[in-house]
Amino acid sequence: MDRSELALVAFGGFAGALLRYGASVAIPGAGGTLAVNVLGSFVLGTFITSVSSRRAQLFFGTGLLSSFTTYSTFAVQTASLSPMGGALNVGANYALGFAAAALGLAFGGRR
Amino acid sequence: MSLSLLSAVLVGVGGMAGAVSRHTVDQRIVGKWSTVTVNVLGSVALGFLVTAPVGDAAVALAGTGFCGAFTTFSSFAVGVAELADAGDYDTAARYAFGTLLAALVGVAIGGAVGGTVG
Repeated sequence: MDRSELALVAFGGFAGALLRYGASVAIPGAGGTLAVNVLGSFVLGTFITSVSSRRAQLFFGTGLLSSFTTYSTFAVQTASLSPMGGALNVGANYALGFAAAALGLAFGGRR
Repeated sequence: MSLSLLSAVLVGVGGMAGAVSRHTVDQRIVGKWSTVTVNVLGSVALGFLVTAPVGDAAVALAGTGFCGAFTTFSSFAVGVAELADAGDYDTAARYAFGTLLAALVGVAIGGAVGGTVG
């Protein structure tokens, strides 16, 4: 792994985390996390099936999109909700996130 | 947390370190276990940070920035969708719900430890 590749991941991570922070200020709470997770899953699915450049994969895929979405915030928010709210949060992130990823894979694979 | 330039810079720098750390784990652990590892470890750490007596700046840097970027939902969801596409629904379900269970237990453990030091 050369240092320029590590830099691509780092800059992508910087941008992805910043975009997620912006989204969390615009849509506070579990709704903002749901929005970034679903959007990021669709775009990542599209991206990995349509872009083959390793450097682009490192910046956008490993760096930006993977850092834009988050599992830890989702898990902490789920634990902080009521049992019913937590179950709804898991159901929404999982159902919409997996569907978005599958749609992205299909969409990207056709391009 | 309100939108401020300082918070944004802390989140960005934490995100940079989180992404590089996740990538380092990816290169050492092959397959889905690397995503399971980062998601569970990051959930333990964030569970700790939100209950421990640390300030807003530390939460922005280490929580929103580092843990948020170290863990990933998109790679996880794409992994589940690829398993389902391949017809391996059993592995997809174990991956999806095993990660959930381990992460929620991790949040509880991290939170209990963070509450103890508070």
